[in-house]
Amino acid sequence: MIALLLRDLRLAVRAGGGFGLGLAFFLIVTVLIPFGVGPETGLLSRIAPGVLWIGALLACLLSLDRIFALDWEDGSLDLLATAPLPMEGIVTIKALAHWITTGLPLVLAAPALGVLLSLPPSGYLWVLVSLALGTPALSVIGTFGAALTVGLKRGGLLLSILVLPLYVPTLIFGAEVARRGAEGLAVQTPLLMLAGISFGTLALLPFASAAVLRINLR
Amino acid sequence: MSIWEYANPVKFIRTTDRILPWVSVAAVLCLVTGLVWGYFFTPDDYRQGSTVKIIYLHVPAALMAINAWIMMLVTSLIWIIRRHHVSALAARAAAPVGATFTVIALATGALWGQPMWGTWWAWDPRLTSFLILFLFYLGYMALWSAIENDDTAADLTSILCLVGSVFALLSRYAVLFWNQGLHQGASLSLDKEENVADVFWYPLLVCIAGFVLLFVALVFLRTQTEIRARRSRALLAREGRT
Repeated sequence: MIALLLRDLRLAVRAGGGFGLGLAFFLIVTVLIPFGVGPETGLLSRIAPGVLWIGALLACLLSLDRIFALDWEDGSLDLLATAPLPMEGIVTIKALAHWITTGLPLVLAAPALGVLLSLPPSGYLWVLVSLALGTPALSVIGTFGAALTVGLKRGGLLLSILVLPLYVPTLIFGAEVARRGAEGLAVQTPLLMLAGISFGTLALLPFASAAVLRINLR
Repeated sequence: MSIWEYANPVKFIRTTDRILPWVSVAAVLCLVTGLVWGYFFTPDDYRQGSTVKIIYLHVPAALMAINAWIMMLVTSLIWIIRRHHVSALAARAAAPVGATFTVIALATGALWGQPMWGTWWAWDPRLTSFLILFLFYLGYMALWSAIENDDTAADLTSILCLVGSVFALLSRYAVLFWNQGLHQGASLSLDKEENVADVFWYPLLVCIAGFVLLFVALVFLRTQTEIRARRSRALLAREGRT
């Protein structure tokens, strides 16, 4: 499992494109928002948590079809499927690799981009915490979507149609944590719900993804 | 004699062929009676005026939009567990019908909301969860039509339906988190003291029956069509003319 994780990480870093792309996209989306809604500081600081969450979500979405596509094309996915490693494990590792290459950089970059959106000082911690808790769920859900569309030619658009509704609860609670944190309100309830969604999807969804992947490799 | 007999497509088509005309006629009768009764023979509400009559389309459509998804959930489960093709095809047949009901509910809701709440749309929990339900229908139908192999498509969409149901429920409770919203609570429950008045209740009941029958008729018809389309494809394939 660790070998597979290391292989995926190495591929993501060396093959180029995938690693920095999500981060660059996140940067551009958040920079474009002030152009769209105007540079007024009060407005920006009020919508900053939501914008950071939407940006992270879209950046995550952008790189989803890379999770299985390359392995599917060169046949290594078939090899992995016949390996002694259970399919659930493969899927989990793939999601983890996606999170490390996409989610983690987003989490770390979010406070820096918060400066551009004049995020209130109390918000930095909670944006960081909510993204750190929420992006694993985004990766795991996204892996399910990627597994659904793995064999399709025009899978990219379909993938986003399938995955975006699944992202709704995570987005609501994540953005709620960040917003309440930024406004200095109590964050416990949405934080617990967000953690519940994250760990719940992490525990259960790999089974669905593995089942789907088995069907697609049949 | 068990319900699984109808998993045989021939048996299914024969039985539904016999039921279908009755269901269709009953659906039309109920809809016409309910709508005419509701629109022309009920008084205006003292506060809402004549806009209250949107209820005869709005409530049944919303009800069936949810029930269609539940039916798809059940048939998907049957497909996964017992692998009866008719079941998978019924789920496929129900999806566009359910999506249409969702659109009807959303559109009539907007028409109702404009005069009553002063807005076409509000990010109210019920409205939002219906919008999300609509997105799920879209994704489900898109996945069906994107995959060429029938069995693979049935498998994948069934699992999507199961996972989607969980997430639809989660979203339902997630949006409740915002606030109670503009939409009124349930006022048609059987066990509540305060419900809609009987004048509106009886025609509404007829309309709901009409929508249920309409749904059943459409699903039967569409499932039959799917079965026949698949059979003709199989015949063509056997003759070597793909």
